[in-house]
Amino acid sequence: MTQASVEQIWQWLDAVPDPEIPVISLVDLGIIRDVAWDDETLIVTVTPTYSGCPATSVINLDIETALRDHGIDNLQLKRQLSPAWTTDWLSERGRARLEEYGIAPPQPAGGPDRCPHCGSKNVTRVSQFGSTPCKAHWRCQDCLEPFDYFKCI
Amino acid sequence: MTRQDALFQFLLRMGDNTLILGHRISEWCGIAPVLEEDIALANTALDFIGQTQFWLGYAGEVEGKDQDADRLAFHRDAWDFRNVLLCEMPNGDFGQTIMRQFLFDAWHSIFLGRLLKSSDPRVAEIAEKASKEVAYHLERSAGTVVALGDGTEESHARMQAALDYLYPYVGEMFLSDEVDQQMAEAGIAPDPATLREEYDALVARVMAEATLNIPENRYAHKGGRDGYMHTEHLGHLLCEMQWLQRAYPDAKW
Repeated sequence: MTQASVEQIWQWLDAVPDPEIPVISLVDLGIIRDVAWDDETLIVTVTPTYSGCPATSVINLDIETALRDHGIDNLQLKRQLSPAWTTDWLSERGRARLEEYGIAPPQPAGGPDRCPHCGSKNVTRVSQFGSTPCKAHWRCQDCLEPFDYFKCI
Repeated sequence: MTRQDALFQFLLRMGDNTLILGHRISEWCGIAPVLEEDIALANTALDFIGQTQFWLGYAGEVEGKDQDADRLAFHRDAWDFRNVLLCEMPNGDFGQTIMRQFLFDAWHSIFLGRLLKSSDPRVAEIAEKASKEVAYHLERSAGTVVALGDGTEESHARMQAALDYLYPYVGEMFLSDEVDQQMAEAGIAPDPATLREEYDALVARVMAEATLNIPENRYAHKGGRDGYMHTEHLGHLLCEMQWLQRAYPDAKW
């Protein structure tokens, strides 16, 4: 069997959803750092979002399952810590999908620029932490809905 | 002591600090004063446990005796732990937990900042990852110390009592021994003693804003980071943390 091209594999990975935020793919999230063939073995380099994120092991399993379904049996997952993951690596498409889903995308200013539900800029922080390590908890003062904000790191 | 032994001890110190404090704050899970604080403490604990996996994972490789992070975390006894005493101190009330967190976060953020330039690339990359999380921990614990210290009469009194109780455990973070000298010589980690001034300035700034008085006495309880003598609190913590792996060795989730 001929080896799948690296471009093809990136496309397959782009179809693997993040287990916690299924509207974005692992590629959108920016955690797939490299895809390369080493002779007969495919090496996928993954970086964690947060050190203790419980989704990390699920993500690794999802990558393995997806690629095996595409016939890749010789697969090695490599963990890379440096450079450390940053929300700058979220794709534009990923940011847009987060907002549609009701999660305010990260902003360099350190807080959401608007409510993902009604678009109001009148928002306040409820807590620096939220439902997953990558999110904080905010509330809109106009539509009064609480929402998650993807922390900027 | 060989360089390898010293590096192993250094890595245990880093990993045991985050493991023990991470476990301590996870004890609040489900019982914190409000839901948001409960979630915040649990998330901080999660970061610490993740960092522990990196530090103790590397420690096990350096030791070369086939011990992984789990083995080191769950199968050592109290006298083999190398965390500073501050990390094992009981939670007390919420104020004491937050004060302990701030006193540790302040040291942790300064120390990790220096490790970014470590001559050991593994140490540097763990520090790079951890320092981003710890900057966030510090922002929150410092902010909460100020809110409670400069809060009501009751919260102020509790925060002052927490500072008075915990301050004698600060000094241990800045002690140096042979392990530290070896790490400093190799350019792997800074001599902790050289960081005290920066730490004092940071703590003084936050305590001034929190209207709290830093005790003048610099007496330091010690014995955690070299394993000479832990407090009685560590054994109780380990009983709970290690119970499952001791009763059912190598049980898998």
